[in-house]
Amino acid sequence: MLDLTATELLQRQANGDSSAESITQTFLAQFRQHDSRIRAFLHVDEADAIEQAKAIDAKRKGGESLGKLAGIPVAVKDVLCTKGRRTTCGSKILQNFVPPYDAHVITKLKEADAILIGKTNCDEFAMGSSTENSAYQTTRNPWDLERTPGGSSGGSAASVAASQAPLALGTDTGGSIRQPASLCGIVGMKPSYGRVSRFGLIAYGSSLDQVGPFAQDVRDAALLLEVIAGHDPRDSTCVNTPVPPYTAMLDEPIKPLTIGVAKQFFGKGLDSEVEQAVRSALKVYEGQGAKIKDISLPHSPYAVAVYYLVATAEASSNLARYDGVHFGHRTEKFAGLIDMVKKSRGEGFGAEVKRRIMLGTYALSSGYIDAYYLKALKVRRLIRQDFDQAFAQCDVVMGPTSPTAAFKIGEKADDPLAMYLSDIYTISANLAGICGISIPCGFTKSGLPIGLQILGGPFAEEKLLRVARLHERETDWHKRRPAL
Amino acid sequence: MSLSPDEVRKVAELARLEISDAEVDTIARQLNAIVDYINQLQQVSTDGVEPLAHALDLHDVFREDLPGESLTEDEALANAPARKGNFYSVPAVFGD
Amino acid sequence: MMSYRTIIGLEVHVQLLTRTKLFCGCATTFGLPPNSATCAVCCGLPGTLPVMNRTAFQLALKAAVALNCTIATFTKWDRKNYYYPDLPKNYQISQYDLPFSSEGWLEIETPAGARKIGIIRAHLEEDAGKMLHDERAGKNDSLVDLNRTGTPLLEIVSHPDMETAEEAKAYLEELRLLLREIGVSDCEMQEGSLRCDANINLHVPQPDGSFVATPIIEVKNLNTFRGVERSLKYESERQAAELQRNLDAGVWHVDATRTSKFRDYRVSPITQRKSDGALGPVSKATAGWDERTGRTEIQRRKEEASDYCYFPEPDLVPVTVDADTLERVRAELGELPAAQKTRLQSQYGLPVYDAGVLSRQGRAFVAYFEAVVKQCGDAKEACNWTMNDLLSTLNDRKLDIKESSLSPENLGELISEIQATGLNKQRAREVYAVMLDGLTAKQAIDKLGFKVVADEGQLLELVRKAIAANPKAVADFKKGKVKAADAIKGFVMRETKGMAKTEMVQQLVMRELAKE
Ligand SMILES: [Mg+2]
Ligand SMILES: [Zn+2]
Repeated sequence: MLDLTATELLQRQANGDSSAESITQTFLAQFRQHDSRIRAFLHVDEADAIEQAKAIDAKRKGGESLGKLAGIPVAVKDVLCTKGRRTTCGSKILQNFVPPYDAHVITKLKEADAILIGKTNCDEFAMGSSTENSAYQTTRNPWDLERTPGGSSGGSAASVAASQAPLALGTDTGGSIRQPASLCGIVGMKPSYGRVSRFGLIAYGSSLDQVGPFAQDVRDAALLLEVIAGHDPRDSTCVNTPVPPYTAMLDEPIKPLTIGVAKQFFGKGLDSEVEQAVRSALKVYEGQGAKIKDISLPHSPYAVAVYYLVATAEASSNLARYDGVHFGHRTEKFAGLIDMVKKSRGEGFGAEVKRRIMLGTYALSSGYIDAYYLKALKVRRLIRQDFDQAFAQCDVVMGPTSPTAAFKIGEKADDPLAMYLSDIYTISANLAGICGISIPCGFTKSGLPIGLQILGGPFAEEKLLRVARLHERETDWHKRRPAL
Repeated sequence: MSLSPDEVRKVAELARLEISDAEVDTIARQLNAIVDYINQLQQVSTDGVEPLAHALDLHDVFREDLPGESLTEDEALANAPARKGNFYSVPAVFGD
Repeated sequence: MMSYRTIIGLEVHVQLLTRTKLFCGCATTFGLPPNSATCAVCCGLPGTLPVMNRTAFQLALKAAVALNCTIATFTKWDRKNYYYPDLPKNYQISQYDLPFSSEGWLEIETPAGARKIGIIRAHLEEDAGKMLHDERAGKNDSLVDLNRTGTPLLEIVSHPDMETAEEAKAYLEELRLLLREIGVSDCEMQEGSLRCDANINLHVPQPDGSFVATPIIEVKNLNTFRGVERSLKYESERQAAELQRNLDAGVWHVDATRTSKFRDYRVSPITQRKSDGALGPVSKATAGWDERTGRTEIQRRKEEASDYCYFPEPDLVPVTVDADTLERVRAELGELPAAQKTRLQSQYGLPVYDAGVLSRQGRAFVAYFEAVVKQCGDAKEACNWTMNDLLSTLNDRKLDIKESSLSPENLGELISEIQATGLNKQRAREVYAVMLDGLTAKQAIDKLGFKVVADEGQLLELVRKAIAANPKAVADFKKGKVKAADAIKGFVMRETKGMAKTEMVQQLVMRELAKE
């Protein structure tokens, strides 16, 4: 049962071959068996998950109509607010924070009759690319426990890769869904900015953050996206345009299909095995009649620099509210208000979060805002214009998701800049607001998964998913599972 | 451009972060490595380019002036680190 | 005592008359129990997002148009970052480089005539919560109430165009009148829905024709109109004394090298020796106004300007205003107080003062006045009765004009009745008092049993009797003391219990006295 996709699990329930309860029990058993080593989850309430499953089964028995994810366990990154359930962002500063409300995507999951199986580990406030920056635990890559699952949504990616959940939600500010999906050998998608409501997503970089799905295959990712996407009047930046039925046309290939390949995504620093796997994926498409077109994204080499100014500037402000006054950690000993705030923040935030708050504050401070923050916003426009030109010539842009396969835990821990550069290919999509997906496209000789990144224009999710599905139909990389 | 330890302290003050003297040098070194990298942006010609704060071309999003649900006092104060009656309690503002 | 010009600019925050807050559905009602009108959004809980209240923006737009501002076709919101416990997000959503309105004006009345006070900008922002500071010794905590957090505010910043404390007060009163009239704010200073900070300094003339500028002081906590006037008067005197003292002591120096132009003259700033030994400008300081002691208390001067790290609010999208919208808002404004005052003068021939009194009472009051005129045809009398008798009745009874028990038609009828019968003012006031119970003028006169004596023969007899009884008054009158005739008239009035037709008595007394 653990090898089945959500779509197959839905079918089994419909056929009466399986119940929500038995499915949930199976995934919980997997969790109990393996998570002490993988450490994907921060909080799991088994009894509650079973309760939810029983309620769904009762609904089915009563002949009630059921949602699109009825009885399917979904793991949720712990930056998404869950009413009455601790939501920590992987940070000590929110150790005891219990939101009085559900994030919009959580409401959507509940409405779809999904089982919320647990909250997954992540880099603190989604700041990181390895899930090593969690204040609570380091999540390990199910393919090699010495290696990171990527990040920041490493817990969600690892939970799906280790079959502890068939589906998971992550968030992607600079690649935090696509990069861990790539490193864990699963499908991960970042929707276009504005496609999914951010209400209840604890902000890191507000103009970049999006919630997206992790799944074993493209169909499941499309299904989960279908459930969470759509207008929410509580998020001013969430567009009010209809959500296409992503699963309906999934097997219809886009014809003719032109794939843009940018030389900037194949430069220095790209691992040769990764490049090889991506090139063979392109061959798969060519075999299906797609045209490969060389394009240029001349400003994408600057994306990391732009990102570390824009995201940190926004973060420095977004994280100002954690001051020990109204919620969150308050230090024990202090002398006066300002000291209380400084100590609470000093104790509550980890090193990477402090570094980014410092960088963002610096980028916005008087005397530097023009040279840093505003300059970055100008280059951001150039990055967006590069993509506009690219999508005028081709349907999608393809390249590697990450320059390397999963790296070792601790390998980049002391070199923040090296860590930042592991997101070099994913970041520009967030800056431009476009959609992107990572799908498995091969393995290194040592057996680590490799991801193919496909980028689509703003709100071109349907096309993106159909293109991704085409590769999946012709290959079976996505069917491989790690030996736990 | 690079940050001196004093500038690091100033930024930390602005960000209300307590940073020990021992941390200052490490943070200064790490930030300077990042700032050095970021300085490559100065090579990009952006004359006449408007800043792009938001990738979405969306405007005029409003809510109507209609009452919504508020929290009860207990719900609102449930996460408060310190509470006095139905108020949040904080160290005296004056006296710093 | 040195002579100087006082330079005042006001920064006013008014609370907009919305039902709900700027970014969430919580109530804006004043005086609710602490923390009973908050939600995840206005508490700034992690994951929450703001959504702009349409009515708040529309009210702000209305105010800006009424203040003759230029309205931006594209406006956005920014975050103003600073740490304070009444600001749960530790940033305020406000407007920085692209406010929705700028460069307007408001006309005020000064002893030297009407004057336009320039408005630099008006922008929309959210309010902070309320702090309660326990001032008892040994107490080391403050309490925070977030009910007010997120209430929509319009910030209106004037140019430093006011030159006296009275002008500042007049500006504030004119602003309150305008905003109340157009339904933008109730401007209740006691409830904090109108708050004012003042920037004040002095320009002291020098023999060479230039001026020396004292450092700007921002006076905070001005929560009464009287406080505005008193504090600014106090502060200008204090600054003059401080300047003299510090120049004499050699603590302050005039920096003639940094002279700049202000209006049509040149101004030099003051410098002071800094901690590093160099001369530098004396920094701006804030002062609190203490209503009890009647003094401004200078708070810490900050060596460097605070750094708010402003940047565009990523959680909100821009707002555009097109020409049609502006046209509609303009049309909906109706007649504004300044235009109304001018019209009352030209249309009804009222003096500036009277027109000012009427228009200051608001549109409903002016409409009442105009209905009285329509009924009786005498604008001057209608004005006297409404702005004196009616207004004091309303004030005594704490009533709004709309709650008046006396209809404008009835008041108009009273005026006509007085003119027709010659009822004197004192009796007329008695009639008026009875009419407040809902009676018409005729009913009231009947009820009081007033009968005006208008029989010429009867009155002539009384006049003659009065002349006979007052030889001294007659003698005085003959010596040229016209006022002495009053004693004769008073006699007749007493004899008729005040019911003699005034004009007839006047005529008869004059005629008979002339014969003496
Ligand atoms: Mg303000
Ligand atoms: Zn609220």
